[in-house]
Amino acid sequence: MNTTVVAQLQRQFQDYIVSLYQQGFLDSQFSELRKLQDEGSPDFVSEVVSLFFDDCSKLINTMSRSLEQPDNVDFKQLDSGVHQLKGSSSSVGARRVKNVCISFKECCDVQNREGCLRCLQQVDYEYKMLKTKLQDLFNLEQQILQAGGTIPQVDIN
Amino acid sequence: MARDGGVSCLRRSEMMSVGGIGGIESAPLDLDEVHVLAVDDSLVDRIVIERLLRITSCKVTAVDSGWRALEFLGLDNEKASAEFDRLKVDLIITDYCMPGMTGYELLKKIKESSNFREVPVVIMSSENVLTRIDRCLEEGAQDFLLKPVKLADVKRLRSHLTKDVKLSNGNKRKLPEDSNSVNSSLPPPSPPLTISPESSPPLTVSTESSDSSPPLSPVEIFSTSPLSSPIDDEDDDVLTSSSEESPIRRQKMRSPGLD
Repeated sequence: MNTTVVAQLQRQFQDYIVSLYQQGFLDSQFSELRKLQDEGSPDFVSEVVSLFFDDCSKLINTMSRSLEQPDNVDFKQLDSGVHQLKGSSSSVGARRVKNVCISFKECCDVQNREGCLRCLQQVDYEYKMLKTKLQDLFNLEQQILQAGGTIPQVDIN
Repeated sequence: MARDGGVSCLRRSEMMSVGGIGGIESAPLDLDEVHVLAVDDSLVDRIVIERLLRITSCKVTAVDSGWRALEFLGLDNEKASAEFDRLKVDLIITDYCMPGMTGYELLKKIKESSNFREVPVVIMSSENVLTRIDRCLEEGAQDFLLKPVKLADVKRLRSHLTKDVKLSNGNKRKLPEDSNSVNSSLPPPSPPLTISPESSPPLTVSTESSDSSPPLSPVEIFSTSPLSSPIDDEDDDVLTSSSEESPIRRQKMRSPGLD
């Protein structure tokens, strides 16, 4: 094992994950999920977030259909979709996605279709952005492991 | 890190099948292990709660609706489930907001059943609504957890469970007559979180208060070593905080109001 390489990668990982927290992509719930990962379940976090992103994609499609007809918006279904998205984003620590959902819900409550459309676009953007970021993070993890190192515990708050 | 309940951790295929069918995913039951029935319509939340429970040494059956929960418990029809003798559920943890049957409605049905009314029911919700919390506690919920659920929350629940297991109808363990003379001092915390009946005093089934009253009675007879959590819940029924979070994360039965 090349300890220098490992140390470098670990440092990179640490900096990257800290930046994700600092920039508000992730919140403490993500670090809670990381606590649940161990040698027995080394891919727990990536598997859960993968399910979350699948969820996002499905819900966004459904909500998009609900918003299609200007005269016939199913706000009840929209609200249900937003609620689900808010819940799962909260459970994985996807902070920005969750925050958009909060605004989204407000738009639903007052039946503001334009506002909902904007939120939908934003939530789509945010989840895809997070997906990319986390993919980079998981890649770093893999590199560390392949170089024979261990993944650093990063303490948030 | 705590040993994962003796059950192999969820591998990808297992995890997918738990989510994929959305049906009943059940591990083989072992009388010595704590068995939790988890109910949540959200796949992500189901996976997370299942992992949280397994990592604190529980066997978990996760279902995606109140109806499936009732089905699993054999409460979905009038006749008693033939499977009941083999069914052991030590805790039911359910989401509040679910389509079809809410967690509150599920709670009521469980409390109405003679077979399962003793089983502690914990409600989870993403919304910190006092009236909702009060309603659940009044209906007999053991505890109310604010989502997102954290490891500390589950550890806390788990530590109560070892006291509550004695009240559960599903628990078939026998008690010796002199179990009351067992000392009530806590055995020292030890790393493994599983119940080890060989190394600890036998369980006591309380015969007096068999209703769903709060589990925290003054004399506690522990069947297992407590978790490594420093929290002492024995005579403290107000919110115990294991984190620096907002104090109102959960309510116990005797203190439904905000403290």
